Amino acid sequence: MSSPEMPNCLTDGLPIPVPEPDGLSAPYWSGLRESRLLVQRCSNCRSWQFGPEWICNVCHAFDPDWTEIEARGRIFSWERVWHPSHASLRQHVPYVAVLVEIPHAGSVRMVGNLLGDPLQPVKIGAAVEGCFEHHPDSSTPYSLLQWRMSSEGGRPASGIPTDRS
Amino acid sequence: MSKRGDQRTLRGRVAVVGIGETDYYRHGTSPDPEFKLALKAILAACKDAGLDPRDIDGFSSYGDDRNEASRLAAALGTHRLHTTTMQWGGGGGGCCAAVANAAASIAAGLADCVVVFRALAQGQYGRFGQVSGIETISGEKAYLMPYGVLAPPQRFAMKVQRYMHEHGVSQGALRAIALASYHHAQSNPRAVMHGKPLDIEKYDASRWIVEPFHLYDCCMENDGAATLVVVSQERAREFRQKPVFVLGAAMGAGHRSGAIPHNAPTYASAGFDTVAPDLYRMAGLGPSDVGTVQAYENFTGGVVMALAEHGFFEPGQANDFLTLENLTAPSGRLPLNTSGGNLAECYMHGLELVLEAVRQVRGTSTNQVERNDVALVIAGPMVTPVSNLLLGSEATL
Repeated sequence: MSSPEMPNCLTDGLPIPVPEPDGLSAPYWSGLRESRLLVQRCSNCRSWQFGPEWICNVCHAFDPDWTEIEARGRIFSWERVWHPSHASLRQHVPYVAVLVEIPHAGSVRMVGNLLGDPLQPVKIGAAVEGCFEHHPDSSTPYSLLQWRMSSEGGRPASGIPTDRS
Repeated sequence: MSKRGDQRTLRGRVAVVGIGETDYYRHGTSPDPEFKLALKAILAACKDAGLDPRDIDGFSSYGDDRNEASRLAAALGTHRLHTTTMQWGGGGGGCCAAVANAAASIAAGLADCVVVFRALAQGQYGRFGQVSGIETISGEKAYLMPYGVLAPPQRFAMKVQRYMHEHGVSQGALRAIALASYHHAQSNPRAVMHGKPLDIEKYDASRWIVEPFHLYDCCMENDGAATLVVVSQERAREFRQKPVFVLGAAMGAGHRSGAIPHNAPTYASAGFDTVAPDLYRMAGLGPSDVGTVQAYENFTGGVVMALAEHGFFEPGQANDFLTLENLTAPSGRLPLNTSGGNLAECYMHGLELVLEAVRQVRGTSTNQVERNDVALVIAGPMVTPVSNLLLGSEATL
């Protein structure tokens, strides 16, 4: 299937992520397109927040700042999907989705795919590093944040941009 | 919320006097359109109660039911419409809240006779379990769908996986819940899986939908409608059936349970950490008073969490407690989903579970339990908001 160098990404045809009409998550999605991971951090009380909201849930300051963080974390939970719930996935199962906790950003969590062998054993607590998966040729260009097992034991490197081609 | 000594309570103030449902179908196979299914089930509940359908003056539903109250009232020739209540969000997590909202309307004097209903025709409107026709997506699903986390099985499996990891819950615990539902469905002629038994070997050999859910850990998708009629306790004895009283009801969610995507502080939870204590407090009862539980199985793993959060066992004891023997009528420790539930009777978004709790208290279930004075219903685990309901006989008032 995929070589070790290339993300084992899913297929075209799945829903494409776009910001809401009011633009709430626009900084997040445009950050991914530049291989940057941005999450909200309140400039008033310094609380982290993800997903984004117009207000800090701790101190109620509006419009929390967007802060760039390193795309590394640890697996908080995972699942291996065998049944395709979308026609475009029929030839692309199984695949692994992970919920990654990011300890250096208030332990916010993000969902992505775990790259590599879809049958690999997955361990809760394992260190992972982020990979930016770019889809520049899509009808609506977008980027995703994927995850791979950390290459450096305990402390993974920062995000590695990879072009999907 | 009602607190000890608080006079604000639903306990004993309203009763279910009628229940009704259509035939239950595999998804996409109903011969009737959805609105017609809703009407048929409402008429069935009125017939069960001995009530003129024109006397209904309130409608209560949940999960964005498409069958609007004003259209129902016009179609039925309702004399006078009072309340129209819709529980926000949470899908099947609202099936008990819809009863509570009806009960609250009556207790507060806003309505006299409220029908709670849910109707689904997935051939007409599309399935929950398949995603199609979406080109772009924003909001919560944008953080999930591009990664193949599309439909409910994928949206809940990670929560269950984490819970199993934290508490050492085995696949066998999930399996026991599936076996109990299928066991009960075999003596329930309404059940879609009537005549299709499940055993350990068949469960173990079934395909993964998404680990840790086998096929039989996932609810069906169905067409049909279910309804019940609620009136005040003063009028409860005017009708044909033995009244079944609301002893308690609760709804809601814990702190930031709606933090997307998958950012709820209490992640590995069915969502009843605050809602279960509220329920028992209103009813003045505890888990040991409950004779039977109808617990919403979107997925078996959610039932494990929900039962633990309602105090039937500690999470670490789930593997010992959750056995087929313990979960079956008439005399298991905790007879569970005695109609077959969402897994094997019909996925009527959980409202069929409330109907079964009513039957248990009446004494008319096809899997009648011995201890039937108090029946618990748990709605939609792992969503937000969730809800629950305690029903009881006149003797429990």
